[in-house]
Amino acid sequence: MASVLLVLGLPLASFLAIALVRPLRRRGRAAGWVGITAMIVALAEALRTWLGSTRGTVILPWLPGDGGPMATVGLLLDDLSAPMLVLVTLVSLLVQMYSLAYLHDEPMPSLGRYYAYQSLFAFSMLGLVLSPTYLQMFVFWELVGLCSYLLIGYWYTRPAAARAALKAFWTTKLGDLGFIAGIVMLWSATGTFEFDALFRMAREQTLPLEGLATIMFLIYLGAAGKSAQFPLHVWLPDAMEGPTPVSALIHAATMVTAGVFLVARSEPLFVLVPGVLALIARVGAFTALLAATMACVESDIKRVLAYSTISQLGFMMAAAGAGAPDAGFFHLLTHGVFKALLFLGAGAVIHAVGTNDIFRMGGLWRVMPQTGVIFIVGTLALAGVWPLAGFFSKEAILAGVWAGGRSGVFVVLALTAFLTAFYMFRVVFITFFGHGHPHGEAHPHEPPWLMRGPLWLLAVLTVAIGLRFAIGGGGEHHPPGWLAALSLALAAGGFGLAWAMYGARWIPVEAVRRPLAVIDFLARRRYFLDAIYGAIYRGVMLGFARLIGWIDRYLVDGLLNVASAGTLRAGDALRRIQSGQAQDYVYGVAFGVLFLFVLAQWWRTP
Amino acid sequence: MPGLFAYLVVAALVFAIGLFGVLTRRNAVGILLGIELMLNAVNINLVAFARWHGDVVGLLFAMFTIAITVAEVAVGLAIVIVIFRVRRTIDADRLDLLRG
Repeated sequence: MASVLLVLGLPLASFLAIALVRPLRRRGRAAGWVGITAMIVALAEALRTWLGSTRGTVILPWLPGDGGPMATVGLLLDDLSAPMLVLVTLVSLLVQMYSLAYLHDEPMPSLGRYYAYQSLFAFSMLGLVLSPTYLQMFVFWELVGLCSYLLIGYWYTRPAAARAALKAFWTTKLGDLGFIAGIVMLWSATGTFEFDALFRMAREQTLPLEGLATIMFLIYLGAAGKSAQFPLHVWLPDAMEGPTPVSALIHAATMVTAGVFLVARSEPLFVLVPGVLALIARVGAFTALLAATMACVESDIKRVLAYSTISQLGFMMAAAGAGAPDAGFFHLLTHGVFKALLFLGAGAVIHAVGTNDIFRMGGLWRVMPQTGVIFIVGTLALAGVWPLAGFFSKEAILAGVWAGGRSGVFVVLALTAFLTAFYMFRVVFITFFGHGHPHGEAHPHEPPWLMRGPLWLLAVLTVAIGLRFAIGGGGEHHPPGWLAALSLALAAGGFGLAWAMYGARWIPVEAVRRPLAVIDFLARRRYFLDAIYGAIYRGVMLGFARLIGWIDRYLVDGLLNVASAGTLRAGDALRRIQSGQAQDYVYGVAFGVLFLFVLAQWWRTP
Repeated sequence: MPGLFAYLVVAALVFAIGLFGVLTRRNAVGILLGIELMLNAVNINLVAFARWHGDVVGLLFAMFTIAITVAEVAVGLAIVIVIFRVRRTIDADRLDLLRG
């Protein structure tokens, strides 16, 4: 477990060094190299841990309580967290290297801040996957949320970035409310936060089943917020306001998959409540389809990828809900690699062209062939083409859903797989093969080696993972033979349609759009969800706040103002009684005494 | 020998005259004189009741009051002189420094 501690401790140490040592923070490039060095060692240790056979749990008491500690902390290393260690350290390392070139125009102190956040994020994400208790997981869960907020709002002087950061924070916080409520209810029902103890109770059927459905639904809410499931998915497209490497790391490969990881981790508890599992599967499939339709009409290259991420997260959730969480987890890992590849490739394109709009690109294949190859590798993997990584994980998910007997979910996911191939190749054809669009003054060129290196490494990994499964077989999964054919047919269909519409231009875009006018109209407006949330916010929340404000301003303050003004007026009026002449006072005394005498007489004689 | 009531009537009249003086006089010395009258009305009361009760304490109390009155007049006149020196007037209407 010592090497695990090293994996966890190095990013923390690099964060503390960059954050606390001012000269280092002011020199962003040096801070970057500190972070990268820490991540190289951490990656080496993570690989060693993953390949090694050491698995186990270390638990230390944390909060004292009657009869044993109330809460514990520790490290949990198993077959779920070990591959996550490698994924997180690998993508973190590559993104940190890539950022050094991508953000070369940033002022140095600002870059130092960036690397402090990056190191903190790596530490938090590693802590999250290594958590052996729900409580510790929640702490790291919030930490990655904080890092996400800080990095989306990295260019905080841009109002759009600041708004997007807030939106991401609050939307995920809505789910986190459910998460914390769920784990506290779980604790009050069982008296423990520890996964091991909870799963043992689940195995031995001593877990109180009453109220468990509510608890697991609340925990799923947290996962839905983080993993951008409908209806909490609205924050992820906006999160693209952050720097592109951040999107690759946090909003594609690692943090957004934390929700899937949570569901996979809690699987022994979720299987006890089939109703919640069915909900997870259906919401996942619906999210996948919804996001895919939005990706088909989007013209911002990063937003296409963001919708694609939501869609793929829907795939993973659907698998987890359909009783195949290992397939979902497998897709999580492969998706982490090739989606990071796609985002970094998109970053290279944006870097070269200076715009996010795919319709202002075009013909980039001639000037950036390397980036083109890399991007197409990622696209093929995402579309699920044999023998790349995405093919096997997507097939595993479809097989798992089919085996779980959810045919409705299966059909939706199959349709989504078709759309996935379509919208990705749409981007490829418009960006790299479309012709004749002017680029303005920008002169597109291949990115520097610091960006190309991570890209090539991820591309090679995407191919290598795929080949490993193509040669070595699918492990314990034996999907039915027709499934592979179906997957390929769907991918080929999507590719063909995209080629016919945007490559060869056989089919005019209008001809496809017109029959689907309703969906097109809705998808272009994000199904009005943002508008609805905005209306709820402005109408209900702001209205309520205004009402409270009016009550405070006019009723509470008004009452106090009347009291104080009345006192002032009365004082002003009574002031005039004080004439300052002693004789007037004697008048008062004399007539007062007289009055008292009369009164006393009057009382005595009834 | 007239009865107690006659003394009390006299005392009340003297007191009322004194009070009238205090309230209406504009001259500070006049006000002091009014106060003297009121105090002496009290003395008449004290003596009359002492006689009526056959109790010598009332007489002693009257002596006390006379002594205190003397001291009061001394202090009061001194104050009036000081006020005159400062304000060049002892008109009570114009001594209104404490007006609100």
